[in-house]
Amino acid sequence: MRLLRLAAILAAPLALSGCQAVVLSPSGDVAVQQRDYLVESTVLMLLIILPVMALTVLFAFRYRHTNQKAVYEPNWDHSTQLELVIWGAPLIIIICLGALTWMGTHLLDPYRSLNRIDAVRGEAGGQDSLQDSLKVDVVALDWKWLFIYPQYGVASLNELEAPVDRPIAFNIISSSVMNSFYIPALAGQIYAMPGMETRLHAVINAPGDYEGFSANYSGAGFSGMRFKFHAVAAKDFSAWIGAVHENGGSLDRQAYHALERPSQNEAPRTFASVDPALFDAVVNLCTDPGKMCLNQMMAIDAKGGLGLDSARNVMALEYDKYRRRGSLFGPVPTGLASLCADPKIAETAKADAPRMASAPVRGLGLPEPSWFKTPTPPSAALLSRHPTNS
Amino acid sequence: MENPILHALFGRLTFDAFPIHEPILVATFIVVALGGAATLGAITYYRLWGYLWSEWFTSVDHKRIGVMYLALGFIMLLRGFADALMMRLQQALAFNGSQGYLPAHHFDQVFTAHGVIMIFFVAMPFVTGLMNFVVPLQIGARDVSFPFLNNFSFWMTAAGAVTVMLSLFVGEFARTGWLAFPPLSESAYSPDVGVDYYIWGLQVAGLGTLLSGVNLVATIVKMRAPGMTMMRMPIFTWTALCTNILIVAAFPVLTAVLAMLSLDRYLGTDFFTNDFGGNPMMYVNLIWIWGHPEVYILILPLFGVFSEVTATFSGKRLFGYTSMVYATVVITILSYLVWLHHFFTMGSGASVNSFFGITTMVISIPTGAKMFNWLFTMYHGRIRFELPMMWTIAFMLTFVIGGMTGVLLAVPPADFVLHNSLFLVAHFHNVIISGVVFGSFAGIAYWFPKAFGFKLDPFWGKLSFWFWVVGFYFAFMPLYVLGLMGVTRRMRVFDDPSLQIWFVIAAVGAGMIAIGIACSLIQIVVSIRNREALADLTGDPWDARTLEWSTSSPPPSYNFAFTPIVYDTDAWQDMKERGYVRPISGFKPIHLPKNTGVGVILGVLSVIFAFAMVWWIWWLAALSFASMLATAIAHTFNYHRNFHLAADVVARTEGERTRLLLQRS
Repeated sequence: MRLLRLAAILAAPLALSGCQAVVLSPSGDVAVQQRDYLVESTVLMLLIILPVMALTVLFAFRYRHTNQKAVYEPNWDHSTQLELVIWGAPLIIIICLGALTWMGTHLLDPYRSLNRIDAVRGEAGGQDSLQDSLKVDVVALDWKWLFIYPQYGVASLNELEAPVDRPIAFNIISSSVMNSFYIPALAGQIYAMPGMETRLHAVINAPGDYEGFSANYSGAGFSGMRFKFHAVAAKDFSAWIGAVHENGGSLDRQAYHALERPSQNEAPRTFASVDPALFDAVVNLCTDPGKMCLNQMMAIDAKGGLGLDSARNVMALEYDKYRRRGSLFGPVPTGLASLCADPKIAETAKADAPRMASAPVRGLGLPEPSWFKTPTPPSAALLSRHPTNS
Repeated sequence: MENPILHALFGRLTFDAFPIHEPILVATFIVVALGGAATLGAITYYRLWGYLWSEWFTSVDHKRIGVMYLALGFIMLLRGFADALMMRLQQALAFNGSQGYLPAHHFDQVFTAHGVIMIFFVAMPFVTGLMNFVVPLQIGARDVSFPFLNNFSFWMTAAGAVTVMLSLFVGEFARTGWLAFPPLSESAYSPDVGVDYYIWGLQVAGLGTLLSGVNLVATIVKMRAPGMTMMRMPIFTWTALCTNILIVAAFPVLTAVLAMLSLDRYLGTDFFTNDFGGNPMMYVNLIWIWGHPEVYILILPLFGVFSEVTATFSGKRLFGYTSMVYATVVITILSYLVWLHHFFTMGSGASVNSFFGITTMVISIPTGAKMFNWLFTMYHGRIRFELPMMWTIAFMLTFVIGGMTGVLLAVPPADFVLHNSLFLVAHFHNVIISGVVFGSFAGIAYWFPKAFGFKLDPFWGKLSFWFWVVGFYFAFMPLYVLGLMGVTRRMRVFDDPSLQIWFVIAAVGAGMIAIGIACSLIQIVVSIRNREALADLTGDPWDARTLEWSTSSPPPSYNFAFTPIVYDTDAWQDMKERGYVRPISGFKPIHLPKNTGVGVILGVLSVIFAFAMVWWIWWLAALSFASMLATAIAHTFNYHRNFHLAADVVARTEGERTRLLLQRS
């Protein structure tokens, strides 16, 4: 630890000379530990990099052509001792670094819940506070961030509010393309992907306004896909929740669909009420009414599918919202697919579409499978695979 | 509204596809058109068409093809670098509420095109060109195994480059980043032609690369001079062998993954869509299973170049030849076990991340061993600081920094805070510029006299060197700092005004590199004008050690009048030491392949096919594809592909060389 602190002190002026190097001086415990691994690894590698650079300069200078006094051995091309050092020295460094990596990767796995609030309070200090983590559901939209606080039934757009020293558990999803959820002061990033939920556990230890953004290019509005992360004292957080409730605004499916349309540089705003099933619906790509959810479809597939009737089902099962509703980014793609498509099939699909909207689970015009229980929450469908009433 | 006949004839190509309302593109087009017209005019004026066609375009001589690859790489470097300058300028300007001068629609195409062009059409041609030129000479062969295939491969690479360049003036290029991750690259999010240009440009060029890989593997395995066992192969040939094995194993993955993406886009399948169990992660995995070996495909041959250059200019045998060979082979194998380190942050478990992090670090062991081997080759040497050696020293000092930041990024906890940041951008430019670019320049300066019979002008070369090296540090060290400040890549505008100074420094660095590139262009012109003074009559201007230097500069079309016999790794050095005498009589007719225009025709047809596929002009796509097949099949019935160079022609050529050698002494 002492070595570590020394290294941090040595590295600090390098990067802090006149600029805010947030990665090297973060305010969240996870990011602090990640910074420590970064610095330790750098120091370990400098042990071998610096001698190599020094030797390069030294040899280049000493054995220059004009220095006829230097030893010249044109046929000297092997030395077992040197070969041992050449392979052995990097090997030892990599063994140390590998051990460090194995440890660090497991300890700082973003899916793993926190076991400490910060270095000082350690593991014993805050058992109570560790129990009560703040849950935040994060949705990456084109091109803004939606934060849902399921414990409080509120949501905010392009701003994130959290109390200091309370663990935060993020569930992260994207509504369309890949983004990466990153608040450098808080913790390392994790991708936000459509249909694939990711997690992140973190805690912020100092109040302040921090930058958050998408760290993976996601299209035209990517540069403006930023938000402020406000870390505040616990009582200020309660006050903020109260204020959100007072300000009103509701995020139901309709409001969500309006919000979901591509837009850039949205001003922060809040919602006093949120459809409680919204996040699961976003995860399963079924915010549209009457659309089959991913987990429902997977449950059907796990049962062996619906046989030949599936073929007709398929026409109405476009998940991706732009393929379903027509692309917002340009002309609707036609191409070979449209040449091959039988117009009659397309007509049938259209004619049947309203019926599709009537019930959530079943395929087109089919009764809900007898073994399938409409799940609440939807993820339960995956867990209970036994037929309930057959 | 839409005319069905026009639609059938031109697919989705309309007048709107021509960007006449975009001033930047119109200006670019005018410059390119004027430059192109001037070049074509000059070729016509000096009556060079016949010469270019019969001596270069249709040539199956590996040396000519190698030079054409390098020329292609240099031309595309100008395009790719123009993109880099545009990005640096945009990012240096877009502060304090300014939107800069590039709208997102342009900026996103620019960074995608920059990555694609620099990797596929600059770095790959440089590497393939060097291998093509050097390998047969180094192993004492008269050509590659399949000379026509070699010409065909080159024209496929060129056709891919032309396809990508077409997107500049007809339609647009992809706005997805250089690896076109779905779902962004799927038709739902990128319905325009950009991604299709990307797909077909890379498919066509990728085929060329794959075939050239097959060709060089066969050449190295089957065509070595007698006595050259595997462990007597020059180290550059070893690295070329490993690289081409990587190409043969990795490029089919790229072809397959792009084929699946195009099925998604053209036929509505769901490999990588959000729909129907499509899995974008599968694309990310597959493209990096190609993408990571690709990094080593680029760097390994240049490690070979640095080895040759260090040994030659230190006047010493290469230190630790055997460990160098094993290091290369170990890197080749390990390069397949690290691909996941490109996406630690996509939610893999801790054990998976640790495994791939540690395998990545393990690669640094053989790489480090190589670094030490170069170091100890210099030790107790007599180092001549000619241009190739200067590039090598710059490489050694710069590459270790990039290597260190690379290992740092392989530590998952560190990667979580640095992934996709400008730190990452700085890292891979640090290794690619110092490794691939400096290495190519070292190789070009080293083998230029072999290819053309005169050295490159050292003054302009050194000027270019200093501008490149200093410019590199100015351009990329600020990006390391910005990455540590939490700045991510591909941003078009910035809020925080304190970042601007770093982007301005980076832009100045890019400007210095631009001067460096200008200097190397001037260097070529000056060298051609002073070719008499810079001429190399000996064939061995650097007192080098491997077989290629035993031939004249430039070598005759048949390379070696008599196949040399090899007794040592440094075969030519060994011959010089043992007082080798050139045979001056007893020449026999030499069996050589004939030139053919089929490669050019197939290349042109592939451009037409790619263009037709991009714009959904189905009849043209079918027609050009059928023509390609017909041409290729017809060519297999051409039984007059070879000829014998008469013994007296060989005798005359060799006699001329004897005269030059005597004249010198």
